[in-house]
Amino acid sequence: MSEAAKTENLVEIKHLKEYFNVNVGFFKSRPLKAVDDVSFSIKKGETLGLVGESGCGKTTVGRTILNLYKPTAGEIWYDGKLIKTDADIKEFRKKATMVFQDPYSSLNPRMTVSDIIGEPLDIHNLYNTKEERRERILELMGYVGLNSEHASRYAHEFSGGQRQRIGIARSLAVNPEFIVCDEPVSALDVSIQAQVINMFDELQDKLGLTYLFIAHDLLVVRHISDRIAVMYLGKLVELADANEIYDHPIHPYSKSLLSSVPVPDPKIARANKRIILSGDIPSPLNAPSGCPFRTRCPHATPECAESMPELKELSSRHFVACHHPENIA
Amino acid sequence: MDISKLSTQINMDDFIPATEEEKEYMVQMRPSSTFFKDSVKRLLRNRVATVCFFIIVLITLAAIFIPMFWPYSYDQMLGMTPGKPVDNTFKDLKPFQYGASELALIDSGESVVPHIFGTDSQGRDYFIRVVYGTRISLAVGFFASIIVLIIGMTIGSIAGYAGGKVDLIIMRIVDIIYSLPDMLMVILLSSVLKVVMEGALDGTVLAKIGSNIISLFIVFGVLYWVSMARLIRGQILSLREQEYVLASQAAGARGKWIILKHLLPNCFSVIIISTALQIPSAIFTESYLSFLGLGVNAPMPSLGSLASDALNGISSYPYRLVIPALVISLIVLSLNLFGDGLRDAFDPKLDT
Repeated sequence: MSEAAKTENLVEIKHLKEYFNVNVGFFKSRPLKAVDDVSFSIKKGETLGLVGESGCGKTTVGRTILNLYKPTAGEIWYDGKLIKTDADIKEFRKKATMVFQDPYSSLNPRMTVSDIIGEPLDIHNLYNTKEERRERILELMGYVGLNSEHASRYAHEFSGGQRQRIGIARSLAVNPEFIVCDEPVSALDVSIQAQVINMFDELQDKLGLTYLFIAHDLLVVRHISDRIAVMYLGKLVELADANEIYDHPIHPYSKSLLSSVPVPDPKIARANKRIILSGDIPSPLNAPSGCPFRTRCPHATPECAESMPELKELSSRHFVACHHPENIA
Repeated sequence: MDISKLSTQINMDDFIPATEEEKEYMVQMRPSSTFFKDSVKRLLRNRVATVCFFIIVLITLAAIFIPMFWPYSYDQMLGMTPGKPVDNTFKDLKPFQYGASELALIDSGESVVPHIFGTDSQGRDYFIRVVYGTRISLAVGFFASIIVLIIGMTIGSIAGYAGGKVDLIIMRIVDIIYSLPDMLMVILLSSVLKVVMEGALDGTVLAKIGSNIISLFIVFGVLYWVSMARLIRGQILSLREQEYVLASQAAGARGKWIILKHLLPNCFSVIIISTALQIPSAIFTESYLSFLGLGVNAPMPSLGSLASDALNGISSYPYRLVIPALVISLIVLSLNLFGDGLRDAFDPKLDT
């Protein structure tokens, strides 16, 4: 995809909130703020990486964008249109699909591969004859490197990597423009991860796809992403170009997160100091006031407890949500 | 190529490209095996279940086909010919005995189909009555289970998939139905329906089986679906958290599609197992209702009513009680053992 095309926003989310009600005690329930006021946009043909530790709301963001969870508040804009009514969502489902994390539970064990891949075609009635459906399925299987003999087999007959390819073929069935990849490689072997990641790259070039790539493996994300967003406890803390964020992280959480990435050169590794955070991630049911990171932040001041810092553009295309970015750098 | 045996040079003749045929030979595709095929294989390995299955098939076929060619019928009183005096020699025959006119026929060289189990106090061939009774019992068991299956599956899957308030309301209704005494309901319904349906049934096929059996079906439909519904709801509650359900939702599928394509096929094993185990319990219910006189209308026999009738002559003709009781036991035992075999074969958690 040319650089010029990358200027147009394909997906834009504004102040997205997703609260789940959790029962605490018999009659009381409290909102769990899985995603709290997150805004970002993804440009056409771009890959946005979304990283953060377990439970920080990455997956919820991905699912809420696709309206699998009804957003508590906030807006989702796709291609200049607000996605709101059921009719919008129905149309949206033909353009935006999802690849799931677990290649084992995301494929129905009672369906053949061709039925799994063909399911979105069946749901949207995207073919006229059986022959047309078969051809489309074989074409999709070709995209992801599966043989046509595999079509009549069941998911349990495949390895993890092959299953993930089936899942990817299914997500491509409706000819989407936008794919949410929810940790698509974290359940795979490292060698298979590389194959699948490269396949994502190739498919993006071939089909002009836009990805929201959710992962916790920072090296994988750096490899595939144009821009990277870092989440902590349901909030976006930093958003910048992939290389920028790796070379000059500003937010103390991103710094600590990136210092945990292993470096293959022992000399550099010894020179780099790991920033080890004290304490655990607080429960999202009981999030700290103000900046969510203040309980573990070495630079926290009383101001941090009072208000949540806004996401500000510190340098070109580099956004950080911190009250004292100058103290850290 | 002429090279020394000790040379390290590779003989390139050993490395010619494979022909298409050789490639074909190397690709060995095992025929795809489905979960169902695997389970049937496991089931056939279980001898007890296989034998029970054949017994059930045999009894079913016998119950269907024997009445078609048997010379006697279940309500024909032998020895009663219009315009002739009643021939009392046909009443209460012991097994393999014949009535007076039949003995005359045998003497004249003709063959007569024997009364294998004798006849009853009204001169009806007991064997064919047992066969008819089996037919009724099996039919009641089978159809009652189908009714339970359809209602339980529909309601259970809706409750499990919809969750929330819908689930809450349905499950409270289920709890209420659980608390009703089912026998009392059957008896009440049969006496009410008997009055209501008296005239309405005349001339239809249903008139023969009678309002009691219909009220039995209604009771099954109204009361017995609850355990099936609970079972299926539980299954669906756990299955709907699977990612393939989410994947289907992400592709735009609606509730009906997800239930029919994803959830129910994955409950399949539970469904057939509990249906197989439901049949004997329905047969049992029918039998003891008939025994209490709430079953099929006379002269139609069922295994329970045959046993009940036999009580009158129990000291002289004990086999009239033993035969239908044995048939009930055989059917129920076979179905139960077969159901257990099904569970072992279809429950993958037991198979490690």
